[in-house]
Amino acid sequence: MIKFLLRRLLQAVPLLIGVSIIGFGLMHLAPGGPLAVYTLNPTIQAQDIERIKVLFGLDQPVHVQYAKWSSGIFTGNWGYTFFGGRPVLGVILERVPATMLLMGSALSVAIVVGLAIGVLGATRRYSVFDILATSGALVALSFPTFWFGLMAIYVFALELRWLPSGGMWELGEEGSILSLLRHLILPTLVLALVITATWSRYARSAFLEALQQDFMRTARAKGLSLRVRLLRHAFPNAAKPLIALLGVELPFLFSGALVTETIFAWPGMGRLFVDALTMKEYPILMGMMMFTAIFVIVGNLLADIAIAAIDPRLRLS
Amino acid sequence: MSKPAAASGRVWRRFLHHRIACVGGIVVALLLSAALFAPVLAPRDPTFLDTSVRFLAPFADSRFLLGTDELGRDTLSRLLHGGRVSLTVGLVAMATTVLTGAVIGITAGYLGSLTDTLLMRFVDTMLCFPQVFLLLVVAAFVPPTLLSISLVIGLTSWMEVSRIVRAEILNLKEQDFVAAARALGASRARIMFRELLPNAAAPILVAATLKVASAVLMESYISYLGYGVQPPLASWGNMLTNAQGYFNTVPWLAVLPGVAITATVMGFNFLGDGLRDALDPRLRMGP
Repeated sequence: MIKFLLRRLLQAVPLLIGVSIIGFGLMHLAPGGPLAVYTLNPTIQAQDIERIKVLFGLDQPVHVQYAKWSSGIFTGNWGYTFFGGRPVLGVILERVPATMLLMGSALSVAIVVGLAIGVLGATRRYSVFDILATSGALVALSFPTFWFGLMAIYVFALELRWLPSGGMWELGEEGSILSLLRHLILPTLVLALVITATWSRYARSAFLEALQQDFMRTARAKGLSLRVRLLRHAFPNAAKPLIALLGVELPFLFSGALVTETIFAWPGMGRLFVDALTMKEYPILMGMMMFTAIFVIVGNLLADIAIAAIDPRLRLS
Repeated sequence: MSKPAAASGRVWRRFLHHRIACVGGIVVALLLSAALFAPVLAPRDPTFLDTSVRFLAPFADSRFLLGTDELGRDTLSRLLHGGRVSLTVGLVAMATTVLTGAVIGITAGYLGSLTDTLLMRFVDTMLCFPQVFLLLVVAAFVPPTLLSISLVIGLTSWMEVSRIVRAEILNLKEQDFVAAARALGASRARIMFRELLPNAAAPILVAATLKVASAVLMESYISYLGYGVQPPLASWGNMLTNAQGYFNTVPWLAVLPGVAITATVMGFNFLGDGLRDALDPRLRMGP
């Protein structure tokens, strides 16, 4: 197991290097370079820009800048924002809890509902429920998230007035759990829709495959009940592709969260990214790209380890 | 290398049996012809302003079948012309995706060894970034024209295609017809693009159909966030952004482009799903 862990960790290293090169390269390909935003500001003179260049180390050769920046990524020095000069990592970490809360609750809803739909569909293949669920999932996958969000706001916030239309707390109620939960419902459902659809499709095919195995027939011949057969025999086998899906889906989850946060004024990382984009805050954009990519790499690593923990064949080979 | 007639007949039968795929095919055909003939079908100039008829509701006035927007522009005409823009972006982006993905997939799969390792590590790296993040950063850098938007969408979404193509090529390159071509002295490029590529057409076709769906969706995302198609040119995405400003009072302005996007994406998704079922050889061997 330790050997497997080490090998898997080593495989993540080239990915991290690749991610940092692409992230760094993108920002330096930006038209006018990372300081282009200052040239639009009439109060900043050419010599000021030169001074800022030296201050940020932008006058040095590209590989020196890259070496400095990438070593900073590991030591926690992610650079400073153009406006306000705050540490980038701090600015990002401030927004992490809100996004994790939203992604976590949407993912939990999606896993529970998606698994239930998938298992029911697999055990009753080609039933009315199965056909409705599979085509329904394809319809759900076709909804533009932001439009679905707007429609949800219109129906539940503007017309029915059941739920707030955006934000995290009511004014003056900051910190109240009840208020937070009320604000969480709509964005969670909107973000969960597409993930639920994906999960139900994958769960259905994973269970279909597990149900067709010989050991399932043996279990049935032994006279085990359907519940025991599903939970003890089919589930551990179907779980592997689903855990892998968890890792693979992370980037989509971030993308979905970005859009959802924009519609619902949810103060998370997605909003930070969109705001940084309008202000051309390259250090924040670069930091966000790195943060999400590292998160995805670590997520996939954990998923692989979990799969190996379930399946002894993978550990040993 | 063409398939025997019986096999292609079976593919057709499978596809036609797939009701959802047929619905998808019909929706896609309708949308494509609506986009193609938009200048003829549109009752008015989509940019013509008439402030005396602002915010007309759908079906309220026989001159404006689907109503008007905040500047008195005809919504139906804008939807038709917007569809032309959105579908153009979708198709060009798909072509970029498929071309990039296929070339990288074939190169990696056929050449193997170090080329394969390097290219596939590059694919893995690109897949670590959430697509919308990557898309927005690049879209914010380049001046938004129809071509640049399509290219940006295409160049940030080819990774899955290259994986699919590579896997297919790895299976195909061990087969006899490749050895035969090599024995006949065919060049590497000829084997890759004349022998292997046509045989990998089925999974590429499926991926291409599904990619149009995701490209239309991506165009609407970046246009909605302001980095896509710029007004006065209408696209479904920027029509929605516009409509958001009057959302409390005139919700139908936001409903219509959203329905158009959903219908398009759904049509291509259904079509792609049906094609996959009809073309997948593993399913074909089943009962």
